[in-house]
Amino acid sequence: MAEDLNWAIGGEAGDGIDSTGKIFAQALSRAGRHVFTSKDFASRIRGGYTAYKIRTSTEQVQSVVDRLDILVALTQRTIDENLDELHDESAVIYDGERSWEAEYPDHITGVDVPLKSLAEEAGGAIMRNIVALGAACEITNFSIENLDEALEKRFGAKGEKIVENNKKAARLGQEYVAENYDLDVDYDIDETDNDYVLLNGDEAIGMGAIAAGCRFYAGYPITPATDVMEYLTGRIDEFGGHVVQAEDELSAINLALGAARAGARSMTATSGPGIDLMTETFGLVATSETPLVIVDVMRSGPSTGMPTKQEQGDLNMTLYGGHGEIPRFVVAPTSIDECFWKTVEAFNYAEKYQTPVYLVADLALAVTEQTFPPETFDMDEVEIDRGKVVDDDTVDEWLDEEGRFRAHANTEDGVSPRAFPGTADGAHMSTGLEHDELGRRTEDTNVRIEQVDKRNRKVDTAREQENWDYREFGNPDAENLVISWGSNEGAMVEAIDYLEERGVDVRFLSVPYIFPRPDLTADIEAAENVIVVECNATGQFADIIEHDVLQRVERINKYNGVRFKADELADDIEETLKTEAKAQ
Amino acid sequence: MSSDVRFTDFKSDKQPTWCPGCGDFGTMNGMMKALANTGNDPDNTFVVAGIGCSGKIGTYMHSYALHGVHGRALPVGTGVKLANPDLEVMVAGGDGDGYSIGAGHFVHAVRRNVDLTYVVMDNRIYGLTKGQASPTSREDFETSTTPEGPQQPPVNPLALALASGATFIAQSFSSDALRHAEIIEQAIEHDGFGFVNVFSPCVTFNDVDTYDYFRDSLVDLKEADHDPHDYDDAKEKILEGDKEYMGVLWQDEESVPYHQTHGVTEDMTDIPDGAADGSMDLVREFY
Ligand SMILES: Cc1ncc(C[n+]2csc(CCOP(=O)(O)OP(=O)(O)O)c2C)c(N)n1
Ligand code: SF4
Ligand SMILES: [Mg+2]
Repeated sequence: MAEDLNWAIGGEAGDGIDSTGKIFAQALSRAGRHVFTSKDFASRIRGGYTAYKIRTSTEQVQSVVDRLDILVALTQRTIDENLDELHDESAVIYDGERSWEAEYPDHITGVDVPLKSLAEEAGGAIMRNIVALGAACEITNFSIENLDEALEKRFGAKGEKIVENNKKAARLGQEYVAENYDLDVDYDIDETDNDYVLLNGDEAIGMGAIAAGCRFYAGYPITPATDVMEYLTGRIDEFGGHVVQAEDELSAINLALGAARAGARSMTATSGPGIDLMTETFGLVATSETPLVIVDVMRSGPSTGMPTKQEQGDLNMTLYGGHGEIPRFVVAPTSIDECFWKTVEAFNYAEKYQTPVYLVADLALAVTEQTFPPETFDMDEVEIDRGKVVDDDTVDEWLDEEGRFRAHANTEDGVSPRAFPGTADGAHMSTGLEHDELGRRTEDTNVRIEQVDKRNRKVDTAREQENWDYREFGNPDAENLVISWGSNEGAMVEAIDYLEERGVDVRFLSVPYIFPRPDLTADIEAAENVIVVECNATGQFADIIEHDVLQRVERINKYNGVRFKADELADDIEETLKTEAKAQ
Repeated sequence: MSSDVRFTDFKSDKQPTWCPGCGDFGTMNGMMKALANTGNDPDNTFVVAGIGCSGKIGTYMHSYALHGVHGRALPVGTGVKLANPDLEVMVAGGDGDGYSIGAGHFVHAVRRNVDLTYVVMDNRIYGLTKGQASPTSREDFETSTTPEGPQQPPVNPLALALASGATFIAQSFSSDALRHAEIIEQAIEHDGFGFVNVFSPCVTFNDVDTYDYFRDSLVDLKEADHDPHDYDDAKEKILEGDKEYMGVLWQDEESVPYHQTHGVTEDMTDIPDGAADGSMDLVREFY
């Protein structure tokens, strides 16, 4: 493992914590360093504690750890909230001129910088966070020029003067520390020549959607899915698309459904409470055989729960939600880059099988920014498969003796032809009522069975034709098998290293496909100990795996609203294996 | 197909199962005539139907169509039209569908002013579920769920539309075949959201709002010297309360449909078979 540095800025919501943290993350990325960010935030706009944390290394980082090296504290609470993570080598930057008297244990180095005064000197108190960034640069021997580019990106639109003032503010912070402190904490931030892009999971989903040819998006704002809509707004238009802010999620999914019926690749994104509303229309999407991608960026529930906290509690809802029996796909990306690729896949599944696809991400993916080499998102690799679409020339093959289009033709693979409105002779009816091949309502018992079987057959076809594989890490021959889904992958991959150091061998399967999903029977039978890791209280994924394999597994569940951390997860796994060994 | 389209081309081969005499027959016929008269054909027309007796209209007409879930027809129609502006989109449903479960969508669809036609088949009753009060039922109208009548004022759909910023508000009557087709035609031709509340009597469950009642009480604006472009006049008539009108009450001559205000003019269905040119710029933005 490469040397990593853990940096954070914290204060009250409304203090500009996010944007300041983002500037530092961008500066690090511009310096060719990998970055992984996370946010502790409260849902109120003012008054709540909030922090932006950065883990950085010259190698890829994909998890947070329980350690903080440099902390910019704008409030005492920021220090208090992070005491557990601060250690002997930690430095805390604070403003001693402010009304609060910073209290921190003796073993931590305090760096008192008059942030506000220096900011005023540079042109305005509003820049005090930037002064702190300059101070942080000095402590970590990080070249201040790296900040400049990030400042230009952030403030460029506000004019040259503002950019210059900010650069000056950063330098005043840097100089103050250089002149007044001779610190023996030494963190050197090495630079590399690599170019990285820095993005979060919501942005990756949005970018994946555009790349996949999505041209219509409708949504209703909700944390932590709003970034998808904000990303698409303006950008999708450049590609001939459009975003509609709907009056509620009932409308959002129906708007998206309408666009999909018209023949556009179409998507909506929300979080649990919105999925509750969208479930009303979910069965219609499936029964009318409309291709639609529905994104659920999970947060802590039920009800309003903990809206800004992590949880993977919606698995059962996306798998089973809705009355009646609804064929569907459920795909859950396991990392930020996979948010992009799984979105592309989701659109292909939706159109090839004319079925709704749930793309299930979680808050930890959505609000985390991570660096990647740009070629991770190689647009030439994006393939678009629209499935069985007929046009004016090919529509004839699918007309019955009376010239009527068989939109729900009972085919061998279950997939029927699709005619976009406007196609000559393709006019047809679609409905949530049971229907015959032509889309006409029926209660005929034979037709009912035929159509139900046909729709389910699409899933069987997909099961055979597509690759529903897991991602594998660790030692393939290890007797300890860990399985997880969603964002836990990053922490778990790193936990494998910690465990290896302690002599614990682990094979890790990260599963991005929930339905259809890979058959894990052989893997589980080959292992001595099996542990399923997930961010929920009851073990929803563990339940379905036990059901698939008819064998009990151990479970590690976390539901305090915070994602797994790599070091913590390593401890949990070691503990679980010990307990299991004792029981045997 | 082109100019030789007849209104019967919009008829499907399914025989309607509406009760004999139901107002929905006339409402549907007028819609089909108006579509044919305005140069549309089934292959460029998309009908979105709600749930109710009225919602069956999607099955009895021939065109591209979606019969969705109760109350959500307007968002569907909006999505269709935005994705492919070349389509003629007509949304139809009942008074319960539009003014009760779908009331939230009505307000916002009106505000958006997407260029589509919305026909509400208003029978002042829940027909399909066999005779409960609807949001337009009279205050003293006794039904199985309101034995003393709803004892709440009925919704005034025209006023609701006006308050939401409607650019076209009309009312029509299913049994006045000529006028009805004419009014729907005007709604289709309107540049924006063409809203028509159509009295379509339910002969089975509503013995108050009957053909005779409407025939006797409706005032045809054509004979009332009404200027539909005069907002104040429209407002007065809509809020009046003691008279019911037939015809176009209000049309904003300055109406600019959503497509133009939002620059949504492309057919979104046409995409390349890989990421579009320029997609790599999206990645570079994250440097
Ligand atoms: C979510 C939901 N709730 C209830 C129903 C039952 N339901 C079907 S139609 C209807 C009311 C229909 O009234 P209206 O919209 O006026 O149509 P009409 O039958 O009078 O034409 C109701 C309550 C339903 N289909 N879906
Ligand atoms: S119940 Fe009323 S609305 Fe329904 S079909 Fe019969 S007459 Fe028409
Ligand atoms: Mg009704």
